[in-house]
Amino acid sequence: MTGAMGQWVLLAYRMPRQPSTLRITIWRKLDRLGVARLGDGLVALPADARTREQLEWIAEEIGEMGGTSTLWLAAPGSQGQEQAIAAEMRRARAEEYQAVIAQARGAAQARPGERARVVKRLQAELRRIGRRDYFPPAERDEARLAVQALVEQSAAVKEESR
Amino acid sequence: MKWATRRGVHIDRAACAWLVRRHLDPDAEFVFVGDPAEVPEDATPFDMRGVELSHHGGDCSFETILHRYELADPVLWKIAEIVHEADIDDERFDAPEAPGLDVILRGLSMTCDDRRVLELTGPIFDGLYEFYRRGLLLGREPA
Repeated sequence: MTGAMGQWVLLAYRMPRQPSTLRITIWRKLDRLGVARLGDGLVALPADARTREQLEWIAEEIGEMGGTSTLWLAAPGSQGQEQAIAAEMRRARAEEYQAVIAQARGAAQARPGERARVVKRLQAELRRIGRRDYFPPAERDEARLAVQALVEQSAAVKEESR
Repeated sequence: MKWATRRGVHIDRAACAWLVRRHLDPDAEFVFVGDPAEVPEDATPFDMRGVELSHHGGDCSFETILHRYELADPVLWKIAEIVHEADIDDERFDAPEAPGLDVILRGLSMTCDDRRVLELTGPIFDGLYEFYRRGLLLGREPA
């Protein structure tokens, strides 16, 4: 990410201490969106219509669970701050892509049926990561290529067995 | 009757509008607002924060409306699964149709105004309804 500072959408929230399952539900939903965790009960996403709506619905759900929250549109105070947050988000996605790469390579020697199942699972995982990937790391293309290689390998096996 | 929802209609609101018009209120008139405070007094709001016909307990607004008006039609519940996944994408249901429908709606929201989006998506949901209705009757994928 370069240049001017962008708009961010921030969710400040507080959940009841008990039951912990509700806290975990919200934690997982936020994780799924790939939020930056700025502090205790404070998360952020680059603002667009979609991210704003996603956080609005979570805010609503927090309210229904007996918690409280406020939603903010904000700009970081300095470019350095924004870059640090973006770098942290990029690093988190890079780790997820690394896991995909490792699994794709690990499946190269698997039986064809097993390999096809891994392909499907990894393609779904790539889609999932892609949706929360706001600052794509280099590993994204590498992960796509690794899964694509596995797809081609499966196709080649099918050709041979004809 | 008047119904109000947020501007910038996407999948859940388009599906709700179709549901309202086809199954609840054939003369429905839709108003699009920028803020919940702009909802006209005589309008029923949906898919907005803080209103009854909206997301609740992990359900999308389409599911909430089905519950609220006790619409038990299994075809509508099948469409609800697709709308849920296209909107919330939490893998509660297996709905491979969802990502496709989602991008169609997101694309339309870039090229059309809200009124036009509802005009275009009405026949799409009619088609989906017919497809899954036949599928349900046949017990397999219809031709």
